[in-house]
Amino acid sequence: MAKSTSSDAQMLIRSLRTAYAATPTNLKIIDLYVVYAIVTAVIQVVCMGIVGSFPFNSFLSGVLSCEGTPVLAVCLRIQVNKENKEFKDLPPERAYADFVLCDLVLHLVIMNFLG
Amino acid sequence: MTVIAEAKRASALRNTFGGILGVFILLLIGVLAFSIRLFSVIKYESVIHEFDPYFNYRVTQYLTKNGIYDFWNWFDDRTWYPLGRVIGGTVYPGLTLTAGSMWWLLNSLNIPLSVETVCVFTAPIFSANAAWATYLLTKEVKGTGAGLTAAALLAIVPSYISRSVAGSYDNEAVAIFALILTFYLYVKTLNSGSLFYATLNALSYFYMVCSWGGYTFIINLIPMHVLLCIVTGRYSSRLYIAYAPLVFVIIHVVALVYYIKGILSPKMFKVAMTIAVTIGLAVCCAVIAILIALVNSSPTKGWSGRSLSLLDPTYASKYIPIIASVSEHQPPTWPSYFVGINVLAFLVPAGIIACFSPLSDASSFMILYLATSAYFSGVMVRLMLVLAPAACVMSGIALSEAFDVFTRSIKIQVPYLLDRPPCGDINSESSIAQNDVSNVDSHAPTDKAETVSKESSRKNQKKEKEQEIVEKVTSESQNGKRLPVLPQEVSAVAILLLTALGGFFVVHCVWATAHAYSAPTIVLKSYTPDGLHVLDDFREAYAWLRQNTDVDDKVASWWDYGYQITAMANRTVIIDNNTWNNTHIATVGAAMSSPEKAAWEIFNSLDVNYVLVVFGGLVGYPGDDINKFLWMVRIAGGVFPHIREQDYLVASWWDYGYQITAMANRTVIIDNNTWNNTHIATVGAAMSSPEKAAWEIFNSLDVNYVLVVFGGLVGYPGDDINKFLWMVRIAGGVFPHIREQDYLAAMASASFDPSPISSAVSSGILLPPTPPTPPGSPEASATQQNPFFYQRAS
Repeated sequence: MAKSTSSDAQMLIRSLRTAYAATPTNLKIIDLYVVYAIVTAVIQVVCMGIVGSFPFNSFLSGVLSCEGTPVLAVCLRIQVNKENKEFKDLPPERAYADFVLCDLVLHLVIMNFLG
Repeated sequence: MTVIAEAKRASALRNTFGGILGVFILLLIGVLAFSIRLFSVIKYESVIHEFDPYFNYRVTQYLTKNGIYDFWNWFDDRTWYPLGRVIGGTVYPGLTLTAGSMWWLLNSLNIPLSVETVCVFTAPIFSANAAWATYLLTKEVKGTGAGLTAAALLAIVPSYISRSVAGSYDNEAVAIFALILTFYLYVKTLNSGSLFYATLNALSYFYMVCSWGGYTFIINLIPMHVLLCIVTGRYSSRLYIAYAPLVFVIIHVVALVYYIKGILSPKMFKVAMTIAVTIGLAVCCAVIAILIALVNSSPTKGWSGRSLSLLDPTYASKYIPIIASVSEHQPPTWPSYFVGINVLAFLVPAGIIACFSPLSDASSFMILYLATSAYFSGVMVRLMLVLAPAACVMSGIALSEAFDVFTRSIKIQVPYLLDRPPCGDINSESSIAQNDVSNVDSHAPTDKAETVSKESSRKNQKKEKEQEIVEKVTSESQNGKRLPVLPQEVSAVAILLLTALGGFFVVHCVWATAHAYSAPTIVLKSYTPDGLHVLDDFREAYAWLRQNTDVDDKVASWWDYGYQITAMANRTVIIDNNTWNNTHIATVGAAMSSPEKAAWEIFNSLDVNYVLVVFGGLVGYPGDDINKFLWMVRIAGGVFPHIREQDYLVASWWDYGYQITAMANRTVIIDNNTWNNTHIATVGAAMSSPEKAAWEIFNSLDVNYVLVVFGGLVGYPGDDINKFLWMVRIAGGVFPHIREQDYLAAMASASFDPSPISSAVSSGILLPPTPPTPPGSPEASATQQNPFFYQRAS
């Protein structure tokens, strides 16, 4: 039983890897950005755990900006991905411009909240 | 080729005409929404109504005078003396900033409107905006026809008017516009998947959060809808774009699941699912355990009092009397639904059915919005305001669909009447020889445009008949949808009836607005035999305070009047409508309920110089402080245990017992049950005895108040004087020292000078009082019972 589940898990990881290797480069860049943002968020949470949460609104704005940009990046990825039938009419430049606009608004709010 | 070009031109012409007509209709709807709210300005004057708007007006005045930085940091020391109130941090700035910016813009264009005028007319302007937002929202759900109908309904629906008349300068005036706009942008994002609209949605939600506490409704409704879409299998990437820029977790999980599903083979996906489910379950259990522990540790399980009373309507009346005492927080009765949304109440279910066919993301959102707002409006009458846009959208959809079916039925069958073969519109409709199948574009403009196009199509009829046949076949094979068509007479009658229904709705709305919602409570009207009196007592009292007291004097009153006193009289108050400090309010309530000495000491400790009390007995004003007194006692009793509601006892003759316990909610000594004759006799003895003896009897019964009915001023014959001899007789049955003949003899005793009266009696002008006869005897009805008064012989 255990052997089959471990071999299943190995097969799963291998197939995930091969499937992921097939994605185009621009999408991989976006994925890298998402990972970077989430890692930054985790680092900030760990730092708050060590040092303390004062001032709290600065901590919140830091963590929320690190969570907000990957969300927007994922939205960009969805819109740019050629396999998505719903967005084939959307030019990728328009999607990128929307992403930039959203990020601007997000960081405006974050800067205001930093205190 | 020319046929097709002509067909396209005709359809383009029709679309343009429809578009222009739509814009014109929207403009008229805006004008209608603005003008129907002006009744009170015409009947009285351009004045701010109610209580809360005066606070908002005062804040706006401060903002326009001192600028935005001082406004953000404002600490107000003229309310809640001696505590003060941080206004900059505790107020919802949306409304004041909006009005302030409008004033600033107008003034910079050299249109010198006063701040008061801008504040008074903010609400009508924003209700016009709200009507346009409703048009946009319904257009996303169903189409332009439904949109126009819904916008027209929202412009005049009474429950929205009630909180947005000219002069009602309150948060809801802009908040409802922000609510509908947020919903529109959410649905638009859902339909289009564009990040741009997602940004606009977030900004509009931010505006809503600035304006009103009802933003919790949005932030709970949208995740519920996302969950509903996920659960019913309608997840799409557009849903992610619509929701994630706003908030989070579950949708990330679902998105990940769908992504992995996309890149894995089915077998591997199953393996992944099992691993994920086991890990996920473990994590979920841990998180839920932590959450339950956290929530249990707070006394109200994490909810605020007001939200908890929404879920459990009896919570507030048991634990927090101050929430229960606000009349807007009571559950509504059926009449308030019919006054508030009238005809829409039974159009809404039809709209729900219309939303189900076909069910899209947008229409499922509308159904969820309607269901939740209908529930919450059933708990608190103030929330009927949130139900109004949902009801208007649903009714607009229902009416538009109904009109679609009826006009289509007539249009299909008119050619048969005129002996022509059936012919449909170009480019968007194609009718087949059979009587009961047609294809209609649901986004077609209103039927006025359709009649125009019908005539133009008849001209081209012969030319493209062959074209039609080709189109018929292809379109039938594309979507073989059979749409309902009714007999012509039925449709005509139905259209007439629906139009009449709309007429009734308009008549009702105008009546409700003019009579129910256009009274500025600061000015009262009363109709006396002398004519119409306009009572401006509130403003006169505040003006007196302003002119005759020192600037630093403190005024104590019940919290209803706090805002008005600070705004108009410009004096420091102890408590006001913000009601953030229950203990402070209970202190003032205790002072109002205590005897004079104790009350003086409480007020003295608060440095009070003046006490304002509202009494409406002289004109029959029902909302005065006497009416609110029992709430003062209850609120004070919640904090000071020595003030008990049942201490305020009432003794009266037994006739009024049931009424007093039912309506005044006081303990009585005796009531209509009359089971204890001795107890009744005791009260009767007290009523019949001289003052000292009566006081001793009442004191032994712990009585605080004695209620006596006297009808002499108006000639009411059934009062306690009339019943007095019965009190004497019943008391005499138990207490032998009370004898009936003592009271009859009092009339004829020497201390009473009867000479002018006895001469009048002997000359026949006056009739002497007749001895009372027991009821039921034959003489009782024959002559008038008059044991005490001399009556004029007539």
